[in-house]
Amino acid sequence: MPIQITRDDVERMIAEGAVLIDTLPESEYAEEHIAGAVNIPLRKLDRQATAHLAKDDALIVYCYDTE
Amino acid sequence: MHGLPLEGRTAGRRRAIQIARKDIPTCGPRDRLGDVRERVQATGNEMCVVVNQRGIVLGRLRRKEWEGDADSVVEDVMELGPPTARPDSFLHEVIERLRKVGSLLVTWYGSEEDGGRLVGVLFRADVESVLEENARHPR
Repeated sequence: MPIQITRDDVERMIAEGAVLIDTLPESEYAEEHIAGAVNIPLRKLDRQATAHLAKDDALIVYCYDTE
Repeated sequence: MHGLPLEGRTAGRRRAIQIARKDIPTCGPRDRLGDVRERVQATGNEMCVVVNQRGIVLGRLRRKEWEGDADSVVEDVMELGPPTARPDSFLHEVIERLRKVGSLLVTWYGSEEDGGRLVGVLFRADVESVLEENARHPR
């Protein structure tokens, strides 16, 4: 179930082992992304693209920064 | 991105979406001009963005437009085709345009949208301030 979280939540969850997923296109990921994030572009988001993620892992998904 | 550490070729360069003000008032095309003027001036803003019910930008009202007949409707006086920028534009890419036009509506074109959805407004002074700060303290 997706929920919205804050920056503090992000830092805490990453420290606890959460996986950070950047859903921007590959070219934009290459330009800039949060340190440690893996890139799964939204248009390629399917069962195969997420096969390497463990079902029990906490996932943090982000796209554009809107502050 | 909210102070989190960044990686990548352009990490740290600021984009339009990060600097755009998100608190600019909006109004509908059929709103009465006098009502809009009163509401916008109460917020202290110099601009109101005209959007449809789905948030798609239709035009813009500034002081010179809203000082018309209070009983007219927004769509009769609004500025059509206001200048826009993409949310992911880098500030150095838009500053020259901003110096000419003063402000840019930051709009997002989703794959299922028939127009640009308003996400904020970029002002020249805000961008110049950030660029000057970056020049003083390069990363």
